[in-house]
Amino acid sequence: MDRRETIKWMLAASAVIPLAQLEAAELARGRPYGTDPDLQRIYHAGDLWPLTLTGPQRDRCILLCDTILPADAVSPSASQVGVVDLIDEWISAPYPVQRNDRDLVLKGLDWMDSEAQRRFSKPLVEIATQQVHQICDDICFVPQAKPEFLEAARFFARYRDLTTGGFYTSPQGRADLRYIGNTPLPRFDGPPLEVLKKVGLA
Amino acid sequence: MPFINARAAAHKDYDVIVVGSGAGGGQIAYTLTMEGVRVLMLEAGRKYDASEAAMFQTPDVAPLRGMDTPDKSFGFYDATIDGGWQVPGEPYSVGTGEGETPFRWWRSRMLGGRTNHWGRISLRNGPYDFKPQSRDGLGINWPIAYEDLAPYYDKVEMLVGVYGANDGLENTPDSSPGCLLPPPEPIVSDLLVQKHSAKLGFPTIAGHRAVLTQALDWRTAPAKLHPGNPTAQKIIAQDMQKRVPCFWATPCGNGCSIRANYQSTTVHLPPALASGKLDIVTDAMVAEVTLHKNGRASGVRFVDRHSGKTLEVHARAVVLAASAFESVRILLNSHPSGSAEGLANSSGRLGRYLMDTVGSSLGGQVPILENLPPHNEEGASGGHLYVPWWGYKAQAAGKLDFPRGYHIEFGGGRRMPDFDTLEGLEWLTGGSYGAKLKEDARRYYGSFVHFSGRGEMIPNEKSYCEIDPTVKDRWGIPVLRFHWQWSEHETRQAAHMQKTFADLIESMGGRVRNRPEADGTKAISAGGSIIHEIGGAIMGDDPQTSVVNKWCQTWEVSNLFLADGAPFPSNADKNPTLTIMANAWRVGDHIAGRMRRREL
Repeated sequence: MDRRETIKWMLAASAVIPLAQLEAAELARGRPYGTDPDLQRIYHAGDLWPLTLTGPQRDRCILLCDTILPADAVSPSASQVGVVDLIDEWISAPYPVQRNDRDLVLKGLDWMDSEAQRRFSKPLVEIATQQVHQICDDICFVPQAKPEFLEAARFFARYRDLTTGGFYTSPQGRADLRYIGNTPLPRFDGPPLEVLKKVGLA
Repeated sequence: MPFINARAAAHKDYDVIVVGSGAGGGQIAYTLTMEGVRVLMLEAGRKYDASEAAMFQTPDVAPLRGMDTPDKSFGFYDATIDGGWQVPGEPYSVGTGEGETPFRWWRSRMLGGRTNHWGRISLRNGPYDFKPQSRDGLGINWPIAYEDLAPYYDKVEMLVGVYGANDGLENTPDSSPGCLLPPPEPIVSDLLVQKHSAKLGFPTIAGHRAVLTQALDWRTAPAKLHPGNPTAQKIIAQDMQKRVPCFWATPCGNGCSIRANYQSTTVHLPPALASGKLDIVTDAMVAEVTLHKNGRASGVRFVDRHSGKTLEVHARAVVLAASAFESVRILLNSHPSGSAEGLANSSGRLGRYLMDTVGSSLGGQVPILENLPPHNEEGASGGHLYVPWWGYKAQAAGKLDFPRGYHIEFGGGRRMPDFDTLEGLEWLTGGSYGAKLKEDARRYYGSFVHFSGRGEMIPNEKSYCEIDPTVKDRWGIPVLRFHWQWSEHETRQAAHMQKTFADLIESMGGRVRNRPEADGTKAISAGGSIIHEIGGAIMGDDPQTSVVNKWCQTWEVSNLFLADGAPFPSNADKNPTLTIMANAWRVGDHIAGRMRRREL
């Protein structure tokens, strides 16, 4: 059966085939960037493979990203610097690590929503900030999570890493950490005196 | 003479064919062409120029924030092209017999090979490292001594530009005056490591890396590099002036378009091409060495990756520098008069004594480095300091349970945040999120240190490769099957590394992130992981027990030489690239001399 026939067959059968197979077909449309990609080009989410998140899923992502890294006096929130786009790009990528994360993230977002329904009888995006925190407090640290929250805690740990990874690699995130570099210098002087004093080396 | 296509090369005659364009191939092509020898270089991968390097690109404009994928194993902006732990269409297999442990083979398919992305760590082997068997009864002696290679270490350092200092330490040789460039200033975490290593009784000294901390001495170095050869002196003096010293930004591993660090493509190949004596054919996948009826090498047979066609090229001599195990593969796949054991293998030692480096790492967090005033810590993008092996006397006194040494490479500082810089921060924060996580990130960023040990592996009978009887690559060339086993000499050393790193981190007042691993079999990196590919066609004084003689000339085919790490009978803790270059220069001098005397 060639590819065109496969797609026709799948479309016809889509009402009855399991979701996982549909997803696999969808993923197959995204191709790895290969071993010799263009390094000079500026890439955006969606340039290389189709994105995944639906409108409601994006809304949950935004809420969770900004719960993890909210705006403050120093820097914007995670969603404001493109972290949701990054997470969408990440979970849509045709590589093994990212495919694992795709499953974890999509299931985790669903769990968050159903947990909001269970506790507060509302979807995740409609509950109060304090209520979001009540859920997050139960899942924010794997070693202390109760057994019934362990799976959700593993999701949260990974989602937090995706969020911090995305945020602190953005220009605003780098500025938040007061990173200085990636700029040519005429010479390299080593640490300033005040740094040496602070650590007791001067 | 320039870059030419495969068909054009097949219609020309050369003095020497060099297979491979990395540290060994680049160096020997440079040495030979400077002596007026006409060289054809064959590279399996595509043409590459460091002007392609993505130097200043930041993760936010890369796919997946620049994180590694199976396509780009060391990250999106790493200079490696068409290479990695797997090369599409070019498999290899790994034995799974009893006691065998995993092996990984990093390959690079591009002009300049692995020199485009390497760590630039450039350490000399010391006198002990050439005569290990004489010292402790283990391993295999080299047929040459440190004194044979010392002048070539000097030359390579002067040519490529290596920073470092002369510390006069045991088995850690000093360079001749004027060879080394000044080392860069240490960063604050370096100084802290130095202070605490001294407390624990071992030295932390200037690192040695192939990065220009100042311009090369183009006025006096050329005459030392090429005495009595004004043509070569002029070429290299001109080329040295085109290289720009480090501007203290961007990762060396991304490649360096200003030519401040060593890559074969930015240091060896430009002057070799300027000599007019070098032709390069890229996308030329060498399958075997071809022979005349008299048993001498006539050239090589290769697959042109563009057309898929097989072609032959010819020369008076052939040098393999395809990376140690790839060179071994070519020899094993060369079948004089139907021999099944490969070419130049009457000793049966071809493919034997494969070596990598013992690797083990540990990281931690150091409170005194928290919340430091922001300052630029990028420096030369690699170690400014390192710890050379300090335990020779303890080993001689029987106080350690492993016979050979390791050195310590380490890093820290406020480097550009990567996607995983703050990954798993909950080991420090207890799971913070929200405003508290932002505060925690500011606090902990820049306070991490990590240590990697790089130790000597002693060659053993159980680490070897052979031709896989069934698997072929996409070009129809039979592939290698690897067999790997560490011995207790290595695993005990890896456990010792873990303890040393934990002691250091704790001495600095820090916390170790993961519990140090006391079981050496778990602490040690998989074979091949450190990408210090050595052995497989060792040199020696006896044709019964070695594949090549001290000139890296095969015992059986007098005009066939090796110029990569394959001939090394030991793999000291010192990263092998500088020794590969020094040895390739020595072999190149020998070949050029014999060509002048019409002996080849």
